[in-house]
Amino acid sequence: MPVSAWLLGDAALLVLGFLGVALSRARGGSTLVYSAAFVITALLGAAALARLLGGGQAATVTLPFGLPWLGAHFRIDTISTFFLAVINFGAAAASFFAIGYGRHESEPGRVLPFFPVFLAAMNLVLVADDAFTFLLSWELMSLASWALVMAHSRDPANARAGFVYILMASLGTFALLLAFGLLAGADGHYAFDAIRAHPPTPVLAGLILALALFGAGSKAGLAPLHVWLPLAHPAAPSHVSALMSGVMTKVAVYGFLRLVFDLAGPADWWWGIPVLTAGAGTAVLGVLFALLQNDFKRVLAYSTIENIGVIFVALGLALAFKTNNFGAAAALAMTAALFHVLNHAIFKNLLFFGAGAVLTATGERNLGKLGGLLNRMPATGLFVLVGCAAISALPPLNGFASEWLAFQAILLSPSLPSWALKLLIPAAGALLALAAALAGACFVRAYGIGFLGRPRSDAAKNAVEVDRFSLVAMGFLSLLCLLAGIFPGIVIDALAPIVRGLVGVSMAPQSAVGWFAIAPIAESRSSYDGLLVFLFIALSAMLAAFIIHRTASNAVRVASPWDCGFPDAATNTQYSPESFAQPIRRVFSGFVFTTQESVDMPAPGDLRPARYDLRLRDRAWEIVYKPVVGGVQKLADVLNRLQFLTIQQYLSLVFAALVVLLLALAIWT
Amino acid sequence: MLEQLSIQMVQMLLVLFSAPLLTGFIRKVKARLLRKRGPPLLQPYRDLIKLARKEVVVADSASWLFRAAPYLIFAATWVAAALVPTFATGLLFSWSADLIAIIALLGSARFFLALAGMDVGTSFGGLGSSREMMFATLAEPALIMIVFSVALIAGTTQLSYVASFVMYAAGLRVSLVLGLVGLVIVAITENARIPVDNPATHLELTMVHEAMVLEYSGRHLAMIELSSQLKLIVYVSLIACIFFPWGLAPVGAGFNAHVLGFAAYAGKLAAAGGMLALFETTVAKMRVFRVPDFIGVALMLGLLATLLRFMSESL
Repeated sequence: MPVSAWLLGDAALLVLGFLGVALSRARGGSTLVYSAAFVITALLGAAALARLLGGGQAATVTLPFGLPWLGAHFRIDTISTFFLAVINFGAAAASFFAIGYGRHESEPGRVLPFFPVFLAAMNLVLVADDAFTFLLSWELMSLASWALVMAHSRDPANARAGFVYILMASLGTFALLLAFGLLAGADGHYAFDAIRAHPPTPVLAGLILALALFGAGSKAGLAPLHVWLPLAHPAAPSHVSALMSGVMTKVAVYGFLRLVFDLAGPADWWWGIPVLTAGAGTAVLGVLFALLQNDFKRVLAYSTIENIGVIFVALGLALAFKTNNFGAAAALAMTAALFHVLNHAIFKNLLFFGAGAVLTATGERNLGKLGGLLNRMPATGLFVLVGCAAISALPPLNGFASEWLAFQAILLSPSLPSWALKLLIPAAGALLALAAALAGACFVRAYGIGFLGRPRSDAAKNAVEVDRFSLVAMGFLSLLCLLAGIFPGIVIDALAPIVRGLVGVSMAPQSAVGWFAIAPIAESRSSYDGLLVFLFIALSAMLAAFIIHRTASNAVRVASPWDCGFPDAATNTQYSPESFAQPIRRVFSGFVFTTQESVDMPAPGDLRPARYDLRLRDRAWEIVYKPVVGGVQKLADVLNRLQFLTIQQYLSLVFAALVVLLLALAIWT
Repeated sequence: MLEQLSIQMVQMLLVLFSAPLLTGFIRKVKARLLRKRGPPLLQPYRDLIKLARKEVVVADSASWLFRAAPYLIFAATWVAAALVPTFATGLLFSWSADLIAIIALLGSARFFLALAGMDVGTSFGGLGSSREMMFATLAEPALIMIVFSVALIAGTTQLSYVASFVMYAAGLRVSLVLGLVGLVIVAITENARIPVDNPATHLELTMVHEAMVLEYSGRHLAMIELSSQLKLIVYVSLIACIFFPWGLAPVGAGFNAHVLGFAAYAGKLAAAGGMLALFETTVAKMRVFRVPDFIGVALMLGLLATLLRFMSESL
């Protein structure tokens, strides 16, 4: 399929955006827009998948707009094909979900026009083949998603989220702009082909790595650039949150891959170090904060930060192995990273859909007001359970498969020659294991408080199951979680050409292992068979249930809870989200975040209620952002004086600036 | 093929049927150490049968998860137990899950147990789940680090290969010793033994595991009890297989070697049970917030052992 067909799809989405303005006032308009978006993205996704499996060659097209001497270059190669497949299927699922979910939108006029534009922009980033088109699409993606974040801007929290987001997005694009400027060099090679033909010097390449980490990392949510993400992602409508968390962060990963693995030329030995450090720190920080949030969607947003950390750890490993010429190990680490990209897109979309369904049914995002939803929304409850188990890296689901590959890659690293890497990689491995364990705790908490127990509010008590479209979207994604988990070998084989494109070699074909097992290096070294593990668990559980019911007893009596003989009818005697996290907060507080607790206990006889206050602050704000904000404020105060000059002073200022610039130019050349 | 299949089958039945016996043995030794007579060795079997025959009382606020969880927990634990070599290494399905996957299977069991604890919506259930997950967040990385150090020594994460490597080629290494101490600490934590938790407690505020399963009764409780007995035997087998693999019948060994493997395994179980009972009678239970320090030791040991391996091939 030629590139122009893709551009046609993107153009159709853009047109749909304009139609959305008109359709948002019409009855059934949202259904129409989302259905059309679903059809287009599903077609694009299917085409990308066909290309991926069929092994299509790279195709290019140049259109006569953009910079006059350059034109707009578009290209599809294996890397972009993979990301196109992930993003369009994610978008298709979100659109399908939104056919049902979007009906409850209070301000469709502020969502419908921007949703298709957002999808088109993400697609354009992936097919862009010159710096100008790339940055333009990237900025379009940021702006469209910003508009979606601001859909409910009357809420002051959302307005602030939008402000922080647009600020961070601009900063990130600025960093990428500088990176492309360095890549293009003095002669202005803006087309990617020209950049590849003129690789930068090692010093410049290092600078480009730093800028790519900043630019793409801020979009993906790497700590300490993550602060906007937990504000902005939950503020948008849930299907958009899903897209931003599950899909847009993948575009950021693509940007990083394109810059660092493709355009920046041969990597230096130390490149893996900053990527690994940032990734491992991000993974643990993200999940620790996720564990302390009460807002369900914010839990998910912080957990996105964690998963991005995991992906970057694997990318860092791949860089470290690649630069030290450990081809097979680099292929393994890169496969783990891409597999996790796919997995995270699946289960994060699923979980955000679940959060949206809960929001529809109860109007609540606060876990402390939910509870008992599994009894009231059985299908949603089941699908979210699958998502929670998958994201907690439990076998036989998909999250475990990619995590397992990452661990196997870490086990190959002692043979690396560099001491810095030798010391760093085990530490990163420990942090990865810690993040996985904390993720388990985080999702036990989120699911246990939100879906199990007794309802903590009337809204949760009266919740009913959501519409069929939402359920089908969630059911499809949870099926994918299971399938990717029990057939990891098929996914690994499908990823092989992309991995080959990025690190030069790919993993041995896993279809040769038999029984759908995977064995990254050799069967005597490590192997895992998701299908068999799944079958064993299912069969043993059924066998046990069958034997017990047949031979012993199957009588059931429903009664009130026992609770050690003291059942309390008040639902607020259950564990709350705060109390569930308290032990972990106590263990990890101090070095990662600052919490302040204050207890106000009235004296005996005093009738006022006791109060317990808990404040949680992200240290990144204090350490990184406050000084920056303060500096900008001071600078603004100083520059403020320039506003009150006379016309003579202004003219002399202009003249002085002109002289300085001309002088600089004269000295430069 | 047929031989491996039969070994696999025997192994599955062996762990299933010896798990209650190990628990009974530990209880008996503990009682004898305290100069009590103690319950009969076979008492855990009788308890399980009695529980299985009883009617189940389910709280009205429980969901289907509460009723499905005991079987899921049992299945995940049993699969894990079936894949750890006990008396012979030639298990038919040993390649379907390596050490990391076995640990993750136990993690799945814990995930569902913690959810089941929260399902009824009582304060004790939440308390147990919250504490259990707090312990797990430290114990699981510790376990992974220990696995890393072992895997780096043996060059594989497949348990049967690890066992044969340690048996024939490893010798005494610093990182193995550190790993052993760490794994014992993790095993004590994960199995809710003193000093982390008290399996015999009925004092509400000290409960962790018991608090989670408080609402269970009848056959569900029987499955939960059997699962925790199985979990204990998984950890004992894991320690035996990695650090004391002597006596394991190698692949393709004759009938006599397997009988020897059986005897060696029984000996290892008895030794582990005896030591656990002795340890439990000599230490006191910790406060909950002292436990992270205790597991932290295991985490540090595991990290140290792994770092040593990254430093030098021979440590």
